[in-house]
Amino acid sequence: MSTDIFLQNIANSITLGSLYALIAIGYTMVYGILRLINFAHADLLMVASYIAFYGILVFTLPWWLAFAIAIVLTTLLGIGIEKAAYRPLRNAPRISVLISAIGVSFLLENIGIVAIGARPKSFPRPTDLVWSIHVGNISFLSLTIIIPIVTLILLLAVTLLVNKTKIGMAMRAVSRDFETSSLMAVNVNKVITATFAVGSALAAIGGLLWSMQYPQVDPLMGVFPGLKCFIAAVMGGIGNIPGAMLGGYVLGFCEVMLVGFFPGLSGYRDAFAFVILIVILLFRPGGILGENVVEKV
Amino acid sequence: MDKRKRSKNILTVIVLLLACILLYLAQNYLNAFYIRVLNLAAIFAILGLSMNLVLGFTGMFSLGHSGFMCIGAYTAAILTMSPASKELIYYMEPIVPVLAKVEWPLFPAIIAAGVVAALFGILVGIPALRLRDDYLAIATLGFAEIIRIVVTNIVSITNGSLGLKNIPSVNSIWVYWGCAIITLLILKRVISSSWGYAFRAIRDNEIAAEAMGISIFKHKLISFTIGAFFAGIAGALMGFLITSVDPTMFKFLFTFQILLVVVLGGMGSLTGSVISALVITIMMEVLRVVEQPIDLFGLTIPGLSGMRMVIFSILLLLVILFYRQGLMGTKEFNWDWILDKLKFFKSRKRGEAA
Amino acid sequence: MSAQTLRTDHITMEFGGLRAVSELSLEVPAGSIVGLIGPNGAGKTTVFNMITGVYKPTSGSILFQGQDITGMKSDKITVQGIARTFQNIRLFQSMTVLENVMISKHVRMQANLFEAVFGLPRYTRASNQNYEACMELLKKVELDDVCNEAATSLPYGKQRRLEIVRALATEPSLLLLDEPAAGMNPAESLDLMDFVARVRDEFKLTVLMIEHHMEVVMGICDKIYVLDYGVTLAQGNPEEIQNDPKVIEAYLGAVDIDAKN
Repeated sequence: MSTDIFLQNIANSITLGSLYALIAIGYTMVYGILRLINFAHADLLMVASYIAFYGILVFTLPWWLAFAIAIVLTTLLGIGIEKAAYRPLRNAPRISVLISAIGVSFLLENIGIVAIGARPKSFPRPTDLVWSIHVGNISFLSLTIIIPIVTLILLLAVTLLVNKTKIGMAMRAVSRDFETSSLMAVNVNKVITATFAVGSALAAIGGLLWSMQYPQVDPLMGVFPGLKCFIAAVMGGIGNIPGAMLGGYVLGFCEVMLVGFFPGLSGYRDAFAFVILIVILLFRPGGILGENVVEKV
Repeated sequence: MDKRKRSKNILTVIVLLLACILLYLAQNYLNAFYIRVLNLAAIFAILGLSMNLVLGFTGMFSLGHSGFMCIGAYTAAILTMSPASKELIYYMEPIVPVLAKVEWPLFPAIIAAGVVAALFGILVGIPALRLRDDYLAIATLGFAEIIRIVVTNIVSITNGSLGLKNIPSVNSIWVYWGCAIITLLILKRVISSSWGYAFRAIRDNEIAAEAMGISIFKHKLISFTIGAFFAGIAGALMGFLITSVDPTMFKFLFTFQILLVVVLGGMGSLTGSVISALVITIMMEVLRVVEQPIDLFGLTIPGLSGMRMVIFSILLLLVILFYRQGLMGTKEFNWDWILDKLKFFKSRKRGEAA
Repeated sequence: MSAQTLRTDHITMEFGGLRAVSELSLEVPAGSIVGLIGPNGAGKTTVFNMITGVYKPTSGSILFQGQDITGMKSDKITVQGIARTFQNIRLFQSMTVLENVMISKHVRMQANLFEAVFGLPRYTRASNQNYEACMELLKKVELDDVCNEAATSLPYGKQRRLEIVRALATEPSLLLLDEPAAGMNPAESLDLMDFVARVRDEFKLTVLMIEHHMEVVMGICDKIYVLDYGVTLAQGNPEEIQNDPKVIEAYLGAVDIDAKN
């Protein structure tokens, strides 16, 4: 592989890894608190993309406004889903809430199909954000720089939130020990709402960045990224926020490099993530950085 | 005990005879479309029953069913397609020589489909069943996807993404409902045996079950493998019904529909799964109406394609949120209930049960 | 059969940095009823979990009837002949009283799955035998009249008794009871005391029991171990324990101050 292509691949892995990291955080935060795989999480990235899409093309809003509205609405949707579909089942057997999550995910995807149509649409890339850069023989998009920077800023923000603020401390307490926290006058519902808000916002931003990088939106666009991001979260250690970030980058890197070095295997690209998952679950279920979910015997 | 048991067995035989009569009438008097819908319902019944064994009775949240269906479908298809068809269909890469001349009759192929699927069930189960609920769900989902992707890529065996066509067509309602009834009978016997109790004990309280001497992993693997076996059979039947199979048929959507059947019918009720399979299959056809343009009072309401799945998603959510036990809960249709009612009319004679 | 049914040899249990049980050695003589007492968090249930294979001891060994069972899995240990009940009642909630007991017979059944599905004679015979045996057991403990009731619909005291009977159905030689009198009033506790003694005699068992109800412990235990912070504080017969100053200070507290003076 020539240096140019290698560098290109590195750039691609950083970009893809950033996107995975952003979405993986949402999964890990929710799992850490509720022990729930929020199957509907990744569909939020689809929702945000479509809202922005309509905002720009149909309502001819300036991109920053469309993006802002998309993020806000998606966050509200994420919070709403928790209240409507997960909260009522908090005391039910775990399988029930998993089924509910699958139901919500399917509902979002199919509403997407009905409302917008299954055919992929082209996402309007805002020219303010997306332009070509030429360095020597290589040309790449501005996104290759913007996405990692935005991601790092957000990751820093989340880390500060979780470690330095009161609500962050509450989140950590609840994820350690749900019952004791609720006895300690922690408003568990508020903490959970905040968790979903943060996760959904990150998914929304991730979705918008994703749509700019890969400008094809369709109702099922969240399915595979969703599964892969959950795998990334498990890889890093479920419940562990830095772990999710790490997992996202590692997975993005492996995926791009696999196809880069073995183009013949590109058909197996998606299977690769699953293979990693199964290997991890079998040999190091705690993930790279270790689980943050205490098992009660 | 014996007298009651004998009466129950007699009643069961009577019902089976009635079922045979119904099937005969259906086969000869219903039009082809209705028969097809009923056949599809039979397939979903088998799928629902097998998933119920794993999920409802043993408490394992496995999302891998579509993968085992895929294996069963391809096994049966490859075994029953005529060599001429194989030459025709496999035009990207010719089929692996070992399989080129193979042409089996129907029933051995169906059984083989189940067996091969069961083997994969063991392969998948050995690593996956050590995991707890949520991880098991994702791991089995992952395995199903891996199976699907591998099938798409090993072109010389499966013809890749082109899929297989010209699979012998089977229209007889006897085949589909015959398999469904046999599945029901076998699973009923499994559930009421001490193994069925062991499965339920694992579902209810795994730690206590282990303390009572039940090897958790072994029993989970047995339950999972039986589930895979019947999923494979259902996959085979699917191939015969539609006469073509391809990897995109076995996406997660299928597993979702089976999940809906199980949840709606009641996780833990075999009869519930059969009933809800019928209900949902019929609903799927009826709701096609919603997806076509409707003429109402001279106005044409455009069809909303994909609306069916929206309705089903909402249905799943409503059931799981408000009516979690489903139609039958954990109750089965059984003769005791009827015999007890008959007590009123037969006073003394039916008295002592044991 | 050796004179000791059970012996643990310096068993230790560490969870990460926490040492729940430390170098614990105890001996349970055959046919005796041994009590394991101590304040909450002393590690008593952890000891049970180590004996029954839920946890693998970090170090040390456990011998049952002369055989090393350290680290064996729970289900295998039950087959060896150790049965237990749980601190929080763990009945199978979807099943009736009879069904709960019949589960325990599953492991002893000789017939395999095919025989079960096709109703072959060996299975049917075994299945009927189990049914009879379980009804016998239920009769002995006066639970046969409710055999078809949902297990969790029974009053609390009966549920505890059911849990014990369920353990008995596995045909154990050693029975581990984890706080069998929890939540009972004094009268019920005395009933339970008689019940355990009766069970020990009738089924020729050895019993190891965790309890907080002192009347029960002092009433039927032949030997008592006192645990605190995962370490044995004292061991002996009820009278010795009641008068041991260390025990009184750590656990029995003001109860026997007069006895001391």
